[in-house]
Amino acid sequence: MSWSGLPEPLRYAILGVGSILVAASALVALLTALKPAKDFSELKLRVRTWWIMSAVFLGALAFNRIGMLCFFAFLSFLALKEFLSMIPTRRADRRVLFWAYLAIPVQYLWIGMDWYGMFLVFIPVYMFLFLAMRTVLIQETDGFLKAVGTLHWGLMVSVYALSHGAWLALLKPTHGVHGGGLGLLLMLVILTQFNDVSQYAWGRLFGRTPALPKVSPKKTMEGLLGGVATTITLAVLLAPRFTLLSWSESLMAGLIIGFGGFIGDVVISAVKRDLHLKDSGQLLPGHGGILDRVDSLFFTTPLFFHFVKYLDRY
Amino acid sequence: MLRWLFYTLLVRPLTWIVLGLNVRHRERLPTGGPVILVANHNSHLDTMVLISLFPLRLLPRLRPVAAADYFLSNRLMAWFSLSIIGIIPVVRGGGAADPLQGASEALGRGDIVILFPEGSRGEPELLTEFKKGLWHLAKRHPLVPILPVFLHGLGKALPRGEALLVPFFCDVFVGTAMPWNEDREAFMADLREGMAALAAEGQLAPWD
Repeated sequence: MSWSGLPEPLRYAILGVGSILVAASALVALLTALKPAKDFSELKLRVRTWWIMSAVFLGALAFNRIGMLCFFAFLSFLALKEFLSMIPTRRADRRVLFWAYLAIPVQYLWIGMDWYGMFLVFIPVYMFLFLAMRTVLIQETDGFLKAVGTLHWGLMVSVYALSHGAWLALLKPTHGVHGGGLGLLLMLVILTQFNDVSQYAWGRLFGRTPALPKVSPKKTMEGLLGGVATTITLAVLLAPRFTLLSWSESLMAGLIIGFGGFIGDVVISAVKRDLHLKDSGQLLPGHGGILDRVDSLFFTTPLFFHFVKYLDRY
Repeated sequence: MLRWLFYTLLVRPLTWIVLGLNVRHRERLPTGGPVILVANHNSHLDTMVLISLFPLRLLPRLRPVAAADYFLSNRLMAWFSLSIIGIIPVVRGGGAADPLQGASEALGRGDIVILFPEGSRGEPELLTEFKKGLWHLAKRHPLVPILPVFLHGLGKALPRGEALLVPFFCDVFVGTAMPWNEDREAFMADLREGMAALAAEGQLAPWD
């Protein structure tokens, strides 16, 4: 594997993300030097975790198709495990949960086999029905609806939604664009994460009007709109170069990612609030758990995927 | 050597990847012995998790105390328990000359002795009454610190009587070392309170 052997969008992503991270690290170092009295350890930890996450993600894409699928399957596993660890579960359902975990390799197998129809229906239809059947065989009716409902919700979020990212990367363009679907995946992930950060930054700078105070008191309308505008701008600049989207379609994609990311974020916030938790886990120092990081992706991935499929150019 | 391979290639990937540990107050873990490490007991995984908390170089020093009647019940099991897991066998229910001899010698050598004062795994995720053996062991080594550790979630992952492991993130709460107290009742009460305080630190998902 050589640098020039890497697909073009990946090379640009490595350079782009790398320079943003270098700038972020430099900024943190500067802040620490300028204001020695203030504690920046949380920010430092956050940036360090960004470095690791970016390296793992881009590294997995640089590897090959199997590496990419394994990365997504492992991400789904971590997200599902985190979800099942934080929600109330029934002692009787241990074996049902085991079956839910088995859905992960099977779902990614369909992607590896290029079986699109099965990829689409396996979790929403077959796992949905199968898990209800497996649960009813235990004959424990107290809390039945809550058990089957929460389990399937977790599977949809952590496996079904995220697996669209893997399929996105394997999409084949109808005519030449360097890197094929990889450009779509990189654009989706980079824009979604960038959208999170820019909504946060706009909110910190100009935030006045709370957007959903009961769910997420820190989210503001100014942050949301400023973030969406920034994401659209970036989408229009990047997408026509690395994907087959025209500039007006890129604008639409930016809009979808901007608003979708916000909704995914507040939906997971509502889940955590319901469970009286601050973070979904502790796997990513400075960020919380896996679900705290992929919360916006769980909305933007299927939405962006079906937007691209609708355009019918891949 | 086999023990090292077992813990490196099997136990660590299992505890850190298949399960995943949220360790709170990791800095309170000792960097060497002698220490009596006391934990609640819900699963065979408890020992594996506690040993995984320490760097591999301490592996020879980490000695879990386990019931002889269960872990030495046949030759294969006994070999595995003694040479691979590295247990200190203890004879339950009296009869033996000195049931605490092995653990006491290990502390004398400066080992980290892992003890489950509940005696057996019991009902998953429920704390049962602590046994008094710990007090007797501590009495012989009054200067050795006693470190309570509360484990949550392992009884969900692999409860007693189940062979199928279901992955869950597990919580490990490391407490602060407590001294021995010659008043047995007060000592046991302190330990119970210490464990309850650790359990209360976490927001644990209900499981019933």
